[in-house]
Amino acid sequence: MTAMLRGNTVFRIHWVLNTDRLLGVCHCGAEHESQDPVELWDWLLAHPEGHEEEPAR
Amino acid sequence: MPTFARNQWYVAAYSRELGRELFPRTILGEPIVFYRTESGDAVALADRCVHRRYPLSESRLEGDTIVCGYHGFTYDRAGSCVFVPGQSRIPRTARVASYPLVEQDSFVWVWIGDRDKADPTLVPRAPWLADPAYTTVSGMEPLRARYELLVDNLMDLSHETYLHGGYIGTPEVANTPITTEVDEENEIIYVSRHMADAECPSFYARSTGIEGRITRWQDIEYHPPCLYLLHSRIAPVGVLPNDDGTDPDAFHVEVVYAITPETEHSTHDFWAVARDFALDDQEVSDFLAESNRTVVLQDVRALDVLEQVIQSEPDGYQELSINIDTGGLAARRFLRRMAERAAPGALVRS
Repeated sequence: MTAMLRGNTVFRIHWVLNTDRLLGVCHCGAEHESQDPVELWDWLLAHPEGHEEEPAR
Repeated sequence: MPTFARNQWYVAAYSRELGRELFPRTILGEPIVFYRTESGDAVALADRCVHRRYPLSESRLEGDTIVCGYHGFTYDRAGSCVFVPGQSRIPRTARVASYPLVEQDSFVWVWIGDRDKADPTLVPRAPWLADPAYTTVSGMEPLRARYELLVDNLMDLSHETYLHGGYIGTPEVANTPITTEVDEENEIIYVSRHMADAECPSFYARSTGIEGRITRWQDIEYHPPCLYLLHSRIAPVGVLPNDDGTDPDAFHVEVVYAITPETEHSTHDFWAVARDFALDDQEVSDFLAESNRTVVLQDVRALDVLEQVIQSEPDGYQELSINIDTGGLAARRFLRRMAERAAPGALVRS
């Protein structure tokens, strides 16, 4: 998938093709899916809290 | 809560707007008068005489100094008073603020915040606007709405399908998934929408001459608070860039917006469209200028209405954010953070 920004603290959110789901990827590698961008941003910005529990796929 | 991110560079004008006439413009609530010295340097001073607050923009230039049109207080390019009427002593406090400026990429950038933080190397770039390999059309429309509404508008281009249908909107814009990237440290937001097989809107069909369906890429690169870049790539379906990054068979359009608050409820909406094709074709220039201005005015009309609605509602009104708002939410967060950082008492970057 597209990756244009190269900094050390880049959050990415992919809108999963043909679904209503958003996939958030933290700069630490942790991932989380949601159908609500507000909830997903809350999860990303809480880093590192909650990010160890869901190993990167 | 502070509204403006003061310690940031903002576009105050196009370079072409400044000359030997006094030119007033309010930026972040501060009335400023701009002019060029006899040697061509751009100058920005507070647009109020220290004596009785008369606008210096209603005055006249004498050499590189401004002579107040009311009582003749005279200011040099640094804002120091060099003459007061009828007496030889010039009061120590007789000076008006001057603002740091940078001229770059056809824009005049101004710094409103703390002078010692005005680092010219931090001015974000839009190099196409002054690049001979591109032809640019541009303008500025006054918006009677808070700048945050324009940021919201530009960060989600799915509104093109509805607000700008027939110009730049086609069904695929609202129906194509997007990737949002947010660089926390450098405070940049990048939103990509790559349509592999899309209808060609008239904006691009008429300017490029492409007939049939297109591969259309829209890559937003927002450097909050002021500079918004839309890298637009148009090519016949299936035509992709080469592996080495060259892209000779596509048409590239760089759409640039500079979003500069005038007051808490009004905004200077600078827009520019730079293209790397049909460079000398005046008909294409006229068409793109007219089309883009039409699109900007469609946004202006909608946002002016929205501002009135929001002003009439109590604080904390309810909104609903959905997938298309992912980038816009990040922009709002950066803007809030930048404004808080510039507020009195703020010590460190949060």
